[in-house]
Amino acid sequence: MATAVSPDVRTKYEAVIGLEVHVQLLTVTKAFCGCSAKFGAPPNTNVCPVCLGLPGALPVLNRKAVEYAVRAAMALNCTMRETSIFARKNYFYPDLPKGYQISQYDRPVAEHGYIDVAGVNGATRRIGITRLHLEEDAGKSMHDGLPDSAHYTYVDLNRSGVPLVEIVSEPDMRSPDEAYEYLTRLKEIILYTGVSDCNMEEGSLRCDANVSVRPRGEQKFGTKAEVKNVNSFRFIREALEYEIERQIETVESGEKVIQETRLYNPSEGKTYSMRSKEEAHDYRYFPEPDLMPLVVDAKWQAQIRSRLAELPEARRQRMITEYGITAYDAGVLTATRSLADQFEEAARSAKNPKRVANLLQSEIMGRLKMRGLAIEQSPISMKGIAMSADLVESGAISGKMLKDLYDFAFERNQDFPAVYEQKKPQQITDTTTIEKMIDEVIAASPKQVEQYRAGKKTVAGFFVGQVMKASKGQANPALVNEILSRKLDA
Amino acid sequence: MGGDLDLDVLTVSSARAAVQERQTTAATLVENFYSKIEAKDRQAGQINAYLNLTRERAFEQAKQLDAIVDRGDPLPPLGGVPIAVKDVMVTRGIRTTAGSKILGNYVPAYDCTAIQRLEQAGAIILGKLNCDEFAMGSSNENSAWGPVRNPRDLSRVPGGSSGGSAASVAAGTAVAALGSDTGGSVRQPAAFCGVVGLMPTYGRVSRYGLIAFASSLDHIGPLTKSAKDAAIILRHLAGRDVMDTTSADVPVPDYEQEIGKPVRGLRIGVPKEYFPAEMDSEVRAAVESGLKLLAEAGCEIKTISLPHTRYAIPTYYVIATAEASSNLARYDGVRYGYRSPNARTLSEMYRRTRDEGFGAEVKRRIMLGTYALSAGYYDAYYLKAQKVRTLIAQDFLAAFKEVDSIVTPTTPTPAFKLGEKSDDPLAMYLADIFTVTASLAGIPGISIPCGNSKDGLPIGMQILGRHFEEATILRVAHAFEHARASAGR
Repeated sequence: MATAVSPDVRTKYEAVIGLEVHVQLLTVTKAFCGCSAKFGAPPNTNVCPVCLGLPGALPVLNRKAVEYAVRAAMALNCTMRETSIFARKNYFYPDLPKGYQISQYDRPVAEHGYIDVAGVNGATRRIGITRLHLEEDAGKSMHDGLPDSAHYTYVDLNRSGVPLVEIVSEPDMRSPDEAYEYLTRLKEIILYTGVSDCNMEEGSLRCDANVSVRPRGEQKFGTKAEVKNVNSFRFIREALEYEIERQIETVESGEKVIQETRLYNPSEGKTYSMRSKEEAHDYRYFPEPDLMPLVVDAKWQAQIRSRLAELPEARRQRMITEYGITAYDAGVLTATRSLADQFEEAARSAKNPKRVANLLQSEIMGRLKMRGLAIEQSPISMKGIAMSADLVESGAISGKMLKDLYDFAFERNQDFPAVYEQKKPQQITDTTTIEKMIDEVIAASPKQVEQYRAGKKTVAGFFVGQVMKASKGQANPALVNEILSRKLDA
Repeated sequence: MGGDLDLDVLTVSSARAAVQERQTTAATLVENFYSKIEAKDRQAGQINAYLNLTRERAFEQAKQLDAIVDRGDPLPPLGGVPIAVKDVMVTRGIRTTAGSKILGNYVPAYDCTAIQRLEQAGAIILGKLNCDEFAMGSSNENSAWGPVRNPRDLSRVPGGSSGGSAASVAAGTAVAALGSDTGGSVRQPAAFCGVVGLMPTYGRVSRYGLIAFASSLDHIGPLTKSAKDAAIILRHLAGRDVMDTTSADVPVPDYEQEIGKPVRGLRIGVPKEYFPAEMDSEVRAAVESGLKLLAEAGCEIKTISLPHTRYAIPTYYVIATAEASSNLARYDGVRYGYRSPNARTLSEMYRRTRDEGFGAEVKRRIMLGTYALSAGYYDAYYLKAQKVRTLIAQDFLAAFKEVDSIVTPTTPTPAFKLGEKSDDPLAMYLADIFTVTASLAGIPGISIPCGNSKDGLPIGMQILGRHFEEATILRVAHAFEHARASAGR
């Protein structure tokens, strides 16, 4: 099944996709207690009466978690709700110690946001974000891998109470590719805000997809299925591809799509029914009486906004103008905030920031591409590029030499400063040789000499440059300066 | 030394004074209380207020206090005062059951804030007190560990759910006790046993470590022999706790000093809805004579109306059970407490654990509350009840523009017989009819003895006040006690 749909049939239908993304916030402590929220501690060591759900324990809201949620919401262009309400989501599960999850329901902290994603033909598509709300994570059930797993399930409550934001999109996506693009942008933005590491392996980013199909041109949505717990963006694309075909086939064969929750099996590339609508939980949401309404007033919002970093899209636009780089390269450089920061820091430390950008674009990117390396894997660091740019700028090395040094660096997998140390041209410290070169430069530039002697002392830089050039950057700059001023001022 | 102290008449301040002035030592006092408990409480057919005696902890605290006296230093404000606590407040290392089989073997890892505060102020915790399971009940017959008997008449119930708390104070097996009040669970048993029971304003006392029944209605409050004792204890219970973000950051007055102020000119409202024609004539007579005494003391008595009173019971039972259905979800056999040994699958473990671990009334309320929150019923029940709750609170706000406090009967009848209502949940729910309104509104209320029935059963009078004005109702209660004593009633 689900491979038999011909392209002709496929184009008769349109997919409608909405995504629910859970992002774990990088707070030091949990959402409602003082326990460490760190991943990877031995089981049940980061726990206390509150996150164990012991009788009588009460939640105390972590302000940092609120700030992170609001920061993420701002980055996603959401409207903040000044007063939001925590609610209990009730269901039984062994790793849910209170028998309910503290979440938000009808009054979430933020709503009505959007992300612009690249569509076909360079157009952008705006994907709506219905809501963003703050909630706590559950613990982890460990069914396998322990000596007595045949008889017992173990529960680790270290994760219980770790703060999450759930970001719910509008059903605005129309293809698995668009969903993939949305997730990529969403992850990029969240990473930029610094509120999460979005590490899918560690579960700090999780995604559920709602998908339905309808005949193209139809306004009404088809019956949706929810595909749960897919743990990579690639798998989500695959799961959606499969699910769309499955639903089209179902409709084509005259059957009805059933509203249900399905699980994706990545090794088979198929989704399987987990539970039907009838078996769905009734979560019996009601306002959490143990917590006061959460008020994020205008003043607090302004404080949070002031700490909001420049977001990827804005940064790309600025970098294109500021450094004269292409949109493509701006995209590569802003893929993560740390890469863009490294680049900008290096560029700004260099004498000519644009040269850093140019070298990166003309020399580094090509070499990376040839070797199939990502920019993070480049042997030459941003600082190395900045250093080389300065050497070219001062005339200390020629363009040809720079290329040789870059090749050598890639060959040896060494950074530029190390390579330069080994390969740098020997300095000329012999005063006779330098004097000779200076004499030649002075003789060849009568006009500049005249200017200098008329009082325009800045021309000295021109002479230094010429001498360095003549010596291929090898003349000792201190000696050059000293001899030059003696001769010119004579 | 101290053998001749009459434990029955010991109050908070006289207990402290006795230890401070070396009429007795704290250790002897504790020993004497334990002897009295053994004599009056522990045998079949006796009161059964105590579930668990915390001897080690009590004697350790007594030792510390006696050392203070040995050094000639002043005792802390509650130094040497033997207090017992309802078994819904958790105690580190000491079994805490909430009156339920499902927590029969449960030993908490931390201390309830209220207990911690009292101990810090020098109080000695004698033991844990019997109560209705998870504080659900009005007769203390819902305890998994057997009912508590009313010390005034052992064939009668002590009221509930803090039946053990009221009975221990009435029997003189504790100088004071802590109870919890969700719909009347401190005030109603106080009335039945002839002691004072105070429900402070919601948020006045931290709920941290109080095993939750209905979070938006749960209050910890003292049961004592006098308004003055309640005032002294409240001062040490009250105040913001960082572990309970619903606790209020409102200054705590010196209640003991406040209650000495005169009541002359205070306006007291008497809501006509609390005196229906069919009410118990002895209760009516006792409360009316109480009002007369207050009038004689210079209070201005005014008839008022609280029009939404008749909706209070259904409103309360929707909200309280809804919250309870969620609060009690954690008792699932996974991490602590009872787990059914007969289950083969996860869902069977849940079902059997909860079926075998909870008593009938608890299960009834979990089902009611689950229903009220279910998809399709939420608006009609829970949401509607919240709206009515607001109306009931507004009734009080409006009334408190006209009057400074409100006086009502605490209960419709005096203590009933064991077994008399245990098969009729609705009749039982009506025992809370005069107390649930203040619970819903979050205002403070106190029940004080105001007379006796011809069978010698105590009758309680309830005094309600504005939010955070416990001082006013304690002052009225204190003045009333004096007036009643001088009138010889």
